[in-house]
Amino acid sequence: MKPPPFDYVAAATLDEALEALADTSLEARPLAGGQSLVPMLNFRLAAPERLVDLNGIEELSRVEETEDGGLRLGAMIRHSALERDPRIAHRSPLLAEAAPFIAHPQIRSRGTVGGSVAHADPAAELPAVLLTLGARVRLTRRSRDGESGSRVERTLDLGDFFLGPFFSALEPDELLTAIEVPPSASGEGTAFDEVARRRGDYALAGVAARVRLDSRGVCDAAAISLVNGGSTPCLMREAAQALVGEEPTPEAIEAAAAACAETSEPAADMHATEAYRRHLIRVLTSRVLSHAADRART
Amino acid sequence: MISVPISARINGIEWSGEVEPRLLLSDFLRSEVGLTGTHVGCEHGVCGACTVQLDGEPVRACLMFAVQIDRHEVTTVEGLAATVPGEAISVEQLHPVQRALHEAHGLQCGFCTPGILMTAEAFLRESPARSRDEIREAVSGHLCRCTGYHNIVEGVARAAERLAAGESVTEGKGEP
Repeated sequence: MKPPPFDYVAAATLDEALEALADTSLEARPLAGGQSLVPMLNFRLAAPERLVDLNGIEELSRVEETEDGGLRLGAMIRHSALERDPRIAHRSPLLAEAAPFIAHPQIRSRGTVGGSVAHADPAAELPAVLLTLGARVRLTRRSRDGESGSRVERTLDLGDFFLGPFFSALEPDELLTAIEVPPSASGEGTAFDEVARRRGDYALAGVAARVRLDSRGVCDAAAISLVNGGSTPCLMREAAQALVGEEPTPEAIEAAAAACAETSEPAADMHATEAYRRHLIRVLTSRVLSHAADRART
Repeated sequence: MISVPISARINGIEWSGEVEPRLLLSDFLRSEVGLTGTHVGCEHGVCGACTVQLDGEPVRACLMFAVQIDRHEVTTVEGLAATVPGEAISVEQLHPVQRALHEAHGLQCGFCTPGILMTAEAFLRESPARSRDEIREAVSGHLCRCTGYHNIVEGVARAAERLAAGESVTEGKGEP
């Protein structure tokens, strides 16, 4: 249970980190909070030749309140900051509501938002929550031969970022540097809930939802995403669409929740059967949709 | 393997030296610094036995490398009570959280205790006004195979009451 040897680079700036990741002839991995990567190293499930430690990079640890009313979260923002930073709670209450569900306090004090998204774990809370919020990820790399400038950046919708279980659109020389959370619209409410065997365990299932109501109280936009509801963190577009154009009555919410359970693709494992997970998804979807709708009304 | 120079404050004492990058903080504290109060259980971040504080925040020492404490401050269970390293102390000299856990029989074999203490101290320092539910949640990241947890929660609650009532960490209650 000891990690294999690796070359260690403590990057002090973003450029140093990008430089250390640029040589793709050697397998390099960024080290953010390390709460998933270090167990994998200890188990020797991963054995990168180089670790690029991002913890000393100040510019990745900033919370910016953007002019449009949204948030730009540096990749190295810790989960504990989601719980405690009043700027985050004010602009994106869903992030603050979901943060205490992420593992335990000792994990949240190290784990980072960028690390959690880049890890692309379908059982993690944050990817689902950020999908619901319509977040985008900023990916940065050093320019390759023949490209102008020193850095190349691209921004992806989170929905296009997750490609499979633990598999994302991130290139080996790219670093996830920031997460952009759009502003919440007026008449919008959000909610999160999950069921886990014990507090802090991976959830058997979890649901994040966003509901927007027009002036007549009719839903004109909705988003639902699942924790452990498929092989990737995923938006449940069909189920969310079932609520659009409807008043969020208990019947309309039940119909959307049933559609969500129906179209989900939960796995069976030692912790829960597929049928039980589907049941949880239906109940949790119903619960968070009504909660989100109540909040949208006030 | 190339070793890397680091310097850090560990329980208030400056430590400088070289470490191999792959050395876990938990192993470093035990074998290089000699602070064997930090226990190594699962080595993959599940059991909580190796919890220490990094700059005052509880962290799993098995999920960090020793090189990462460079220019930071680490507190282990040995740093909780205001005592001189190597000298025996009385129950009264213990930190209020340690004393309360002792009184409430919040430990049996003691393997998980150092980690629980480091989490509980940070949790009560943030605010001592805590409900039992909050306490249960705070210690949920620690596995204990002896106590059934009841007395751990009881001990932390007792410490919370005392700290809320203003009992300071350094004032002992006199000689036994």
